[in-house]
Amino acid sequence: MKVNGIDEGPAAAKTVSDLIRNSGLREDRVAVEVNGNIVPRSDYSITVLKDDDSVEIVGFVGGG
Amino acid sequence: MADDLVIGTKRFTSRFILGSGKFSLDMIDLVMKNGGVEIATLAVRRANAGGEENILDHIPKGLTILPNTSGARNADEAVRIAMLARELGCGDMVKIEVIRDSRYLLPDNCETIKATKILADEGFIVMAYMMPDLSAARSMAAAGAAAIMPLGAPIGSNKGLLTKDFIKIMVDELDVPVIVDAGIGRPSQACEAMELGCAAVMANTAIATARDIPLMAKAFKMAIEAGRAAFLSGPGRILHDRGEASSPLTGFLENGE
Repeated sequence: MKVNGIDEGPAAAKTVSDLIRNSGLREDRVAVEVNGNIVPRSDYSITVLKDDDSVEIVGFVGGG
Repeated sequence: MADDLVIGTKRFTSRFILGSGKFSLDMIDLVMKNGGVEIATLAVRRANAGGEENILDHIPKGLTILPNTSGARNADEAVRIAMLARELGCGDMVKIEVIRDSRYLLPDNCETIKATKILADEGFIVMAYMMPDLSAARSMAAAGAAAIMPLGAPIGSNKGLLTKDFIKIMVDELDVPVIVDAGIGRPSQACEAMELGCAAVMANTAIATARDIPLMAKAFKMAIEAGRAAFLSGPGRILHDRGEASSPLTGFLENGE
């Protein structure tokens, strides 16, 4: 599984929720794409990750 | 009488939009408060594992978040970033920023028009960062932009209102708010933009690179308010080829009769 462009090997996290928690992030501070499709926050816990998934986790940073 | 800034369906009393880049996180709250800021821009980036402090925890409650699409090189990327930003749950405003030129960071008006159309149709309140060009601005407004944001000078340059004449044309000709974004380096330049009739001024680097950052935020607030008041009051006329006494023309202690 790829997370933010880095190959992480087989999916260690079962769901998007698990992945966010394992990464030390907060669900209410991130937005997530799996294979280019946005996953609504309400679906994090039911969205199951597969080994060949590509996941992007983004958040706000300072910017003008 | 209220003199609100209206952007799409939103109303604001402050006309100072402040970017949140380049500040240390513990400075953000004070800068926003000193500037009387109601709209702060943020960028969207990959979240780092380990969860460093989040900027949202440092922005004063009640501020409107204006995500930008910085990093986008074409309309599709801008749309993708805007969609992710909306998913972050801070409303439906977006500042479209599409940049392909890496040296001067000048915006691509054609791609910005495309992104404006897509995002306005998706229900976003679109603010379009752009190269000051009246035709392009008209296309953005027709595509649904709620505000047009022409640059004063290249991003982060602090060079000021280099595009003044073209911004004035846009203020005169467009029905949507014109907000100068980028390049403003001094409060005097922000004031001048407001005197021209701009609806608001956006700045970031000018404040972030000042020696006393909170004080500069305050200076910008005052300058923008002064410029707005000057615009509303209608500046007096200019005499090009003579002077005109402000005091009575009778001589002082002159012999009468």
